[in-house]
Amino acid sequence: MRAFQQLRYWWPRPQFSVFLLVLWLLLMNTLSPAQILTGAFLGWLIPFSIQQFWPERPQLRKAWRLLPYLVNLLWDILKSNVMVAWLIMRSPARLQPAFIRYPVTLTNEFALTILASTISLTPGTVSTGLSPDHKTLLIHALHVVDEDALIRHIQTRYEQPLKEILG
Amino acid sequence: MIAAVIPLALFLFSISLLLSLYRLLRGPDITDRILGLDTLNINAIAVIVLAGIYMDTTMIFEAALLIALMGFVGTIAMTKYLVRGDVIE
Amino acid sequence: MNIPTWLDALIAAMLLIGAIVATLGSLGLARMPDFYMRLHGPTKASTLGVGCTMLGSLLYFSTSGEGIRVQEVLITVFLFVTAPVSAHVMAWAALHRRVHCSANTRHPPWPEMDRAPVTEHAASSAPAGDKESAD
Repeated sequence: MRAFQQLRYWWPRPQFSVFLLVLWLLLMNTLSPAQILTGAFLGWLIPFSIQQFWPERPQLRKAWRLLPYLVNLLWDILKSNVMVAWLIMRSPARLQPAFIRYPVTLTNEFALTILASTISLTPGTVSTGLSPDHKTLLIHALHVVDEDALIRHIQTRYEQPLKEILG
Repeated sequence: MIAAVIPLALFLFSISLLLSLYRLLRGPDITDRILGLDTLNINAIAVIVLAGIYMDTTMIFEAALLIALMGFVGTIAMTKYLVRGDVIE
Repeated sequence: MNIPTWLDALIAAMLLIGAIVATLGSLGLARMPDFYMRLHGPTKASTLGVGCTMLGSLLYFSTSGEGIRVQEVLITVFLFVTAPVSAHVMAWAALHRRVHCSANTRHPPWPEMDRAPVTEHAASSAPAGDKESAD
């Protein structure tokens, strides 16, 4: 146990280190031994030197299960772009913009971040703010006729899957 | 066909850059200017990549990456300064 | 440097679609009446526009004989991750500064916030008189 704590001190975030190594190799666009060494060193040095400023460890255990969700999201982004392009070409006077208060039931902060980003990336909606108690998400919609339908759409298409994936 | 399309794409991106420049200069609020600058950054990245294909070199891609990074950090810093009156608290 | 015709056409289409989408996004930025509506154009259209351009570039350089390239993927992923964050932060700053939304916006968030909106430009928004008297 003591050895584990020692390891945790000297190597605070193993997954983050691996991520930084992969990122470095992608940046350099090579697999030469020198670059692998540099990447591994940076992957150790950066988490180690910033652990003072970032003490809590994010819970990302099941993050890989987000992959089908992201594929789904990519398709929605394509659709959203066609729709927003159409809305932009029409007369702005005919648009019906609205602020919508979306009742959030997610408690996991990572899941909440993903949900807010998803809303910003999909059809005509941008998440503009979160109430201090994390219960209401303020959304601005470019053109919305039926607000309840939009809320239900977000609930069934994004929030439920996120809750199932990340818990 | 690529050689024919690149000047056209560059022309469209130039229009795009001019439109964001219009928003940057016109305002009216300072948040509009920040949004214009952000769009300018994103379009500049695409122009750099197109120029890379046109000149058949990948040397200038680091510039695109740097603009992407600095643009994001700049946007965040400017909005934070706007709201808090201070960048580093 | 021998790219097959179908790939050539695919790359050209990608570059063209990217340029058109990005231009539409900037058009939205230029002609929408209030800040919150302007926010929609760039954050979506430009991201996909640059994404398409990147995909074209990725295909071009990967097939023209220098080996597989990944930096474009890196830039694209980075843009897709940062675009919602920038949009959220800018919208938050605008709400904080009480930037006006246009008059036909339903349910403006002001009642929930501590005071009424105060900004000098009331270009396409509700009459400024009642806002000032409420302050």
